[in-house]
Amino acid sequence: MENIIEISGLHFSYPADDGKEAAEVLKGIDLTIKEGEFVAVLGHNGSGKSTLAKHINAILLPTEGKVVVGGIDTADEARIFELRQCAGMVFQNPDNQIVSSVVEEDVAFALENLGVPYEEMRRRVDDALKAVNMYDYRQHSPSQLSGGQKQRIAIAGIIAMQPRCIILDEPTAMLDPQGRKEVMATIRRMNREQGITIVLITHYMDEAAQCDRVVVMDKGTIALDDTPREVFSHVERVMEIGLDVPQVTELAWELRKAGCDIPQDIITEQECVEAIQKLFAQNKAISR
Amino acid sequence: MAILETQQLTYTYSIGSPFEKTAVDHVDLKIEEGEMVGVMGHTGSGKSTLIQHFNGLLRPTSGKVLLDGQDIWADKKKIRDVRFQVGLVFQYPEYQIFEETVFKDIAFGPRNMGLDEKEIKRRVLETAHDIGLKEELLKRSPFELSGGQKRRVAIAGVMAMEPKVLILDEPTAGLDPAGRDKILAHIKAYHERRKNTILIVSHSMEDIAGFADKILVMNKAKLFCYDDTEKVFGRAEEISEIGLDVPQITKVFVELKKQGLDFGKEVYTVPYARDLLLKHLHGKAGDGQC
Amino acid sequence: MLRDVTIGQYFPGNSLIHRLDPRFKIVITLIYILMLFTGSNVVCLAVGAVYTLIAIYLSRIPLKMFWKSVKPLLPFLLITALLNILLVDSGDVVFKWKFLKITTGGINISVFMIIRIVLLIMGSSLLTYTTSPITLTDAIERLLSPLKLLKFPVHELAMMMSIALRFVPTLIEETDKIMSAQKARGAEIDTGSFMTRAKNMISILVPLFISSFRRADELATAMECRCYNGGEGRTRLRQLKAAPRDVVALIITIMFYAAAIAVSIVYKQLTK
Repeated sequence: MENIIEISGLHFSYPADDGKEAAEVLKGIDLTIKEGEFVAVLGHNGSGKSTLAKHINAILLPTEGKVVVGGIDTADEARIFELRQCAGMVFQNPDNQIVSSVVEEDVAFALENLGVPYEEMRRRVDDALKAVNMYDYRQHSPSQLSGGQKQRIAIAGIIAMQPRCIILDEPTAMLDPQGRKEVMATIRRMNREQGITIVLITHYMDEAAQCDRVVVMDKGTIALDDTPREVFSHVERVMEIGLDVPQVTELAWELRKAGCDIPQDIITEQECVEAIQKLFAQNKAISR
Repeated sequence: MAILETQQLTYTYSIGSPFEKTAVDHVDLKIEEGEMVGVMGHTGSGKSTLIQHFNGLLRPTSGKVLLDGQDIWADKKKIRDVRFQVGLVFQYPEYQIFEETVFKDIAFGPRNMGLDEKEIKRRVLETAHDIGLKEELLKRSPFELSGGQKRRVAIAGVMAMEPKVLILDEPTAGLDPAGRDKILAHIKAYHERRKNTILIVSHSMEDIAGFADKILVMNKAKLFCYDDTEKVFGRAEEISEIGLDVPQITKVFVELKKQGLDFGKEVYTVPYARDLLLKHLHGKAGDGQC
Repeated sequence: MLRDVTIGQYFPGNSLIHRLDPRFKIVITLIYILMLFTGSNVVCLAVGAVYTLIAIYLSRIPLKMFWKSVKPLLPFLLITALLNILLVDSGDVVFKWKFLKITTGGINISVFMIIRIVLLIMGSSLLTYTTSPITLTDAIERLLSPLKLLKFPVHELAMMMSIALRFVPTLIEETDKIMSAQKARGAEIDTGSFMTRAKNMISILVPLFISSFRRADELATAMECRCYNGGEGRTRLRQLKAAPRDVVALIITIMFYAAAIAVSIVYKQLTK
């Protein structure tokens, strides 16, 4: 598979404000993401994960190093619209990224900006709305929708551009559990059915556990980069960074510490149930 | 005596319009003094409407709200006093901060109570300490602080009114795990020191399972259940059915029980699960080793 | 509660009037206003009234909604009418007491003015009742588009208007929330003396401004990410196509205007 995102030696500092020193937020990031991957970038607030996301879309430009997305250097101003079509971005607050008072017109916003002819625009808008299961709401006003629905509209607005990659910057942080599920299901479907590369910035470990790959950021560097199973098996390291591991992983780790013979890489409920059963079968202790 | 009580509390929005909707439907509830209560329910279940009745921000369509046995609407002019006795912290409370300094913002509530400067100062300092804000922060502008700090300033603003009942609507929404743990730990410590009544609304059972004495679940405008935490988790499957998440660890033990491994206890926290398993694995002694 | 307030006063519907092209509706409303103000006698206004009533009937919007839009202006209308009655001195004297003098001319002018303004309000309400604010903005943008040649920022203005409309419900909800939060901290907003209320308004306005700035900032970034680059080369999803009925409606309006002028000329001849 081709690399869609290539980040090398990326350093970034916000310019020095009067009186304040320039703080380096990203301290040498090397990261490549292959086309079609579903990657979670996990990290606590201030770890630099959002700053990293903004580099993929040329909202921020590197102080040092290079970011290449879909073969386009983000520093190449002449190709910025091409870049932003290739890699779309969804933000945290659903309210602050919806431009229009009518759902379908909001989805069309990027296409209108790109000057797509009417017939094609109509088709792409309808397809995008159907892809996020919001077609029936096309004439609604965004203020009538729930947080999860608004976020799906924002995703549709990006899908309509037919991007190869979508970067989502904590898209579920402001949603209730129902909204989070809707949005996660939508993202996963986009990845599986349309082969769109997903970069999901989050601090929810349960979301990261659904991805192919987890990149953990800490203090402006990449601390861990592996499959969710591998990453979460480093329970101590993950907790030290200030993140959670799934409860089942934590339980297995606690039991191991107490000397039980239980695998370290448990990340699903089913695995945990089986492991505990096995433990009791071996032990032949009280089991009714 | 119950500190907060509702009798057949009902609230209907936009009566007479096509949008008419009953958000709270004949709720009877008694909350005892000094309890730590977790409030759950999904969006639109009526939990937010319910808690806005406790401090008189909303007036019941029918039914009563009693604070210390007194109907809070008996004298309409005293409703402002009710708001000082039942402190309500809204979701994303940092968006209500407006003063130039952290001190002044925390002092806003106490000042509205008409307290003297000395008392205001004492309360601000004490609450700042309770919520883990260092004293040197008090002189700073709240807008320079980090997200988690701003949230704590806003919570302190309500705590400083020293309410008998403190209600927090999703105090950890949008925070990262470290920020979440910090705020919950401070609330817990505050509760232990002051022994006052606290209600915490949360979507995440994993957050509140560890320290709530009781859990209140709202569903479709009705009170679904209000009981001891352990008993509520005994109904884990019913709770999942109404669309709420139960802790992952509870799901594991529900499944184990189905498979014939019954420990006879409701499990909802990891340390408890560990101790329980070790005890059973090791026979009756349970010295915490495998 | 604040969120009960309807903004834009649009009544969704599917009547003939609703379906008219908004550009035509704006032009027709302008002709209608012209008709009211060039018509200088009662007969001319009668024609206008007939026209208005037919249009309202076709819109299927209950008459009482129009009464609602006139009502707030009534005190103003009555005071102006009273001043006209007392100050205009022409025609026969109807009533005289000390320095007060009421003449037929004064009465005529007052009645005439009231009817004219009521018709004006009803006509323009019909436009906003049957056209959503966003459609209206869109139509204005297109009608003004020739001004682009004069470097007038038509697109930018329309974009600003439509974003403002988009954020009205969001900000109403937000104001509501901030008000509740400050009330929970004992701020007196609906009670208390004028001074405390004014002071407490600050506790609502400051957070509201800060949040609006934050929203504006985030929205600008989101728009940039979706390749927004001003009005140049934009296409639109919302297509406005004039139908034969729009032309018919325009012609009918012009006919009414012509009729009003003709009738008033005849009327003048007769009353000479």
